[in-house]
Amino acid sequence: MAVISYRDALNQALDEEMTRDDSVLLMGEEVAQYNGAYKVSRGLWDKYGDKRVIDTPITEEGFTGIGVGAAIAGLRPVVEWMTFNFSIQALDQIVNNAAKMRHMSGGQLKVPIVFRGANGPAEYLSSQHSQALATYYAHVPGLKVVAAATPYDAKGLLKSAIRDDNPVVMMEAELLYGIEGEVPKDEYLVPIGQADIKRPGDEVTIISFGKVVHKALDAAKQLENEGISAEVIDLRSLRPLDEEAIIKSVQKTNRCVIVDESWPVCSFGSYVSHIVAHNCFDVLDAQVELISSIDVPMPYNHTLELAVQPSVKKIVRAAKKVLYIED
Amino acid sequence: MAQTPDVKKYDKKFLIGLLEQMALIRRFEEKAAQQYGLRKIGGFCHIYIGQEAVATGAVSAVDLAKDYVLTAYRDHGHALAVGMDPKSVMAELYGKKTGCSRAKGGSMHMFDASKNFLGGNGIVGAHIPVSTGVGLKIKYREEDGVVLCFFGDGAIHQGSFHESLNMAGVWKLPVVYICENNQYGMGTDYRRVSAEPDLWKLAGSYKMPGTFADGMNALDVHEKVKTAVERARSDSQPSLIEARTYRYMGHSMSDPAKYRTKEELMEQKEQDPIIILQKQMNEADMLTDDEYKEIDDKAKETVKEAIDFAENSEEPEIDSLYEDVLA
Repeated sequence: MAVISYRDALNQALDEEMTRDDSVLLMGEEVAQYNGAYKVSRGLWDKYGDKRVIDTPITEEGFTGIGVGAAIAGLRPVVEWMTFNFSIQALDQIVNNAAKMRHMSGGQLKVPIVFRGANGPAEYLSSQHSQALATYYAHVPGLKVVAAATPYDAKGLLKSAIRDDNPVVMMEAELLYGIEGEVPKDEYLVPIGQADIKRPGDEVTIISFGKVVHKALDAAKQLENEGISAEVIDLRSLRPLDEEAIIKSVQKTNRCVIVDESWPVCSFGSYVSHIVAHNCFDVLDAQVELISSIDVPMPYNHTLELAVQPSVKKIVRAAKKVLYIED
Repeated sequence: MAQTPDVKKYDKKFLIGLLEQMALIRRFEEKAAQQYGLRKIGGFCHIYIGQEAVATGAVSAVDLAKDYVLTAYRDHGHALAVGMDPKSVMAELYGKKTGCSRAKGGSMHMFDASKNFLGGNGIVGAHIPVSTGVGLKIKYREEDGVVLCFFGDGAIHQGSFHESLNMAGVWKLPVVYICENNQYGMGTDYRRVSAEPDLWKLAGSYKMPGTFADGMNALDVHEKVKTAVERARSDSQPSLIEARTYRYMGHSMSDPAKYRTKEELMEQKEQDPIIILQKQMNEADMLTDDEYKEIDDKAKETVKEAIDFAENSEEPEIDSLYEDVLA
């Protein structure tokens, strides 16, 4: 199997879907002539031209809404936000239009659009450019929300998202674009709504999604060195959520740590915690732990910004806590 | 004041059609207001009385087999002007399952995809990018269509308007932006909040033609929109039209409109769009009083049938609330 980067996996997904279906187009800031701010769209403008790879001005609300209009009229646009931090400017178009057009038309319209870009903390960017905003989108009925942790999932999920007849928000991460992983040559799809056991284990379940899945995996490795078997569940899809996979795993391990790089208050991780508490109350041997970012805006200083975020050390400590092992 | 087009150059059937539509909207809205008072209709209910010339004049300039119409929340008039069944519009106001949006949309969210009428949108200015995206689809598919995008004077200062016109200007999208300047954004006189009170002049910033239309004169609106539609169709050139009009009632049913004087209202009512056309036709010997009465009686009868239909339609089933969320 070929080993390629996360960004190239996304690029392949876009390329394949644009070849397969001429209603697919890509639009956003710098996606065309500049080849993408993070080079995800490298080469696509050369191949598909101005018509299908469209550079927009810096107007998130406007071009996101234009994507929504194109979608209800029959195209399948992929709207790239340079980062999710800027997507907040387009929140009205996503929440009020993309997510609602089907509903308020009584099912007359469908909105086959993908919103994608880098979500979550990066490095040395301070509070406006380093935020994990999964919760904002996962909150809204009418949207599907996915997050890929690996190049394999990135390609398969993006292809599924493009073929989906609903608005799909796909979260990537600046610090993931360069990671490499195996991606098959033959076409495949990763279904939306299906979690993945990234590492099987039977003493504690660590549930995560997106970039921090890698921290969860590193923590599981460290726990293994100490003789503890941790299962790592990658949700991959927040909406719809694979509750069955969560419940099944916790029923097996009886212990649960959730890792979500969002802030803790009203976060997606806290909702997963509710799902676990509600469905696994009788089998839980310990309280559920939530490792989130600390409840502050992101500082610039590197030591401080690392201290804010979930870390391997914090996850290991939480796992030991639910196992009642002294630190 | 714009020069009034001569009625004699129009086909009588066309003029009768305009009168019929304006009478239908007038009678429909009178009844909607009345039924709102009787609590048969709830929520926000923005009545279109006084503005009939804009929707009918504009929509009569397009072909809905290939053209599209989008509007904001004062949408009953546009819904009727595109030829939606008054029964399904009234049933939607009543929140009945036979409503066009299956009781999910209500007053602000009329849709009829089969007539290319894509709403009915509740957030001020937020459908302007969506309309622009429908224009992008037309251009992308190299179709012959045009989009009419209606919005009020209150929406024209939103970023969504300026972002959209800029992109439509850069990409040459076939969209006719029609600002229905009814002179009050809710309770605020547009002159108090518009640095450039000649709203049509804003087109100049985006290098597109801007035109003023007498929004109380259906034929003037028709002519101005027709010219803009032709330009959009043949040269894929967007335009902005300011149709200055007046709403006789408050912003919505909850607004007693105390921010304007009785004298102002009476003066405006002398410019009534229905009477203007009726008078012009009378003077040109194209319409007798009896003929108009027949038109008006027919409108009243149609509205009565719509009320009966809405009254006798069933409430939606509780389980239907899970429908129309995702495709």
